[in-house]
Amino acid sequence: MGLREAFASGKFVVTAEVGPLKGTDTTEIKEVAHLLKGKVDGTNVTDQQSAVMRLGSMVTCYLLKQEGLDPILQVTCRDRNRLAIQSDLLSAYVLGIRNVLAITGDFPSLGDHPDAKAVYDLDSVQLVWTINRMNQGYDIAGNELQGKTDFFIGAVVTPITDTEAAMELQLIKMEKKIEAGARFFQTQAVYDVDAFAKFMKRAEKFGVPVLAGIIPLKSVGMARYMNKNVAGVFVPDHLIEEMQKAEKPAQKGLEIAARLIRDVKDLCQGVHIMAIGWERKVPEILELAGLA
Amino acid sequence: MVRSEQKPLEEILGYLEGSKKVFLLGCDGCAQASGTGGWPQLKEMKEKLEQNGKEVTGMMVVDFLCQKALVASHLKPVEDQVMASDAVLVMTCGIGVQASAAMIKKPVIPGCNTVPLGGTRGEWRGSERCLECGDCVLYWTGGICPLTACSKGLLNGACGGASNGKCEVDRNKDCGWERIYQRLKEIGQLERLKKFIPPKAYNKMRPKGEILVSSLWALEQKD
Ligand code: SF4
Ligand code: SF4
Repeated sequence: MGLREAFASGKFVVTAEVGPLKGTDTTEIKEVAHLLKGKVDGTNVTDQQSAVMRLGSMVTCYLLKQEGLDPILQVTCRDRNRLAIQSDLLSAYVLGIRNVLAITGDFPSLGDHPDAKAVYDLDSVQLVWTINRMNQGYDIAGNELQGKTDFFIGAVVTPITDTEAAMELQLIKMEKKIEAGARFFQTQAVYDVDAFAKFMKRAEKFGVPVLAGIIPLKSVGMARYMNKNVAGVFVPDHLIEEMQKAEKPAQKGLEIAARLIRDVKDLCQGVHIMAIGWERKVPEILELAGLA
Repeated sequence: MVRSEQKPLEEILGYLEGSKKVFLLGCDGCAQASGTGGWPQLKEMKEKLEQNGKEVTGMMVVDFLCQKALVASHLKPVEDQVMASDAVLVMTCGIGVQASAAMIKKPVIPGCNTVPLGGTRGEWRGSERCLECGDCVLYWTGGICPLTACSKGLLNGACGGASNGKCEVDRNKDCGWERIYQRLKEIGQLERLKKFIPPKAYNKMRPKGEILVSSLWALEQKD
């Protein structure tokens, strides 16, 4: 069962994220694919996450596909203009990739090639619109495709923000993405279940499935770092305290992740686990959450 | 005003390798105001070049160096000094350097970097900027330009990277899209945010050939 079918079946959907490394060594990707097989409905591959240059999302998706997973190609607007993006989408489709997640992308100055020229020829709403158009058999310029795509289109939303303006902007953009053709959403990491519930109350009316983002905490330092540096991520004090008191903070982090999954289970349609280097722990998190 | 910063001396000396005699050119407009190419900066530069074994054949400050006819008329009396030089060091913005290069039959060397101001401004100094995109979308954004106010130039809403209203690219800058939201809210037009703006025709940002031909310059050529 692929991602699209999983959504259609009405089950609680689980996706996980794989971040390619910098270089040509794909050993780890294959190992992780092995561990995730049969345990998740879809596997995201990041597109040079945090603007750090790495192995490409498309080829990694292809490798995952060969290992029997249903990959989700993440595409950012940061590095490619509309010609490159559309051409890559055609290539990905030919390689058997069927799911795409459209993202704006972190600015290059935040990554390891800060001098790079930022592109943003399209924005994320226009990207969703473009993929939808290609699904109908046309490119952006209106030319007909010889053989169209049939992508299952996803987009992202930040469910918890620090200003009401930012929240309203997220909801309006979510609605625009849906109108442009988005069929599912994955969210930024959620640690505050009440705040997430409030967001879901406002987003429910759109009737499009939402997968809550889960990032397992590895340490107190990581929680503090994200609070300070990652927009849209807010780890509440009580969780930081819980990590502090734990004898084995790493294990505690897995338990908290599993608890969060159980807590959001009745609020949304699934979870998206971003393990950031801890992909091997995903099966354990799912087991602790009672999803295995 | 065009803002400039002096290049590091080592870079300038690098360009002047093999050139012994140097003529210095400044501008009493923006370069003077930027503190990069008025008389005081030219005098300082003269000393520095002499300390590094160069011979300064002469100096001239023109107001304004971007006016090619003025470049020609100001340099006329010092033509011998200019022609006796191996290079002309221009301590102004890139426009002054280009105008000088068009008028002087000697190697022209840029002494400054022109720094970004984020787009075209009005004649009066202000915070509003325009990128001359050729297809204005200000109706949809409450009169705040998304191409200049948003660091990524996004047209359909915020990227989600803002933190407490500050942009992910520069925490000293307000998120352009949060500003657009506030403005539209104030005027009761939040509905406009729901409008989908299709991919932009960026080829409209390329200036037409005839625009690059200054009409003033054409007149100057006639006398
Ligand atoms: S939308 Fe285009 S024309 Fe309008 S202010 Fe911005 S850059 Fe200038
Ligand atoms: S934080 Fe705001 S201004 Fe900065 S790039 Fe994102 S949307 Fe644009």
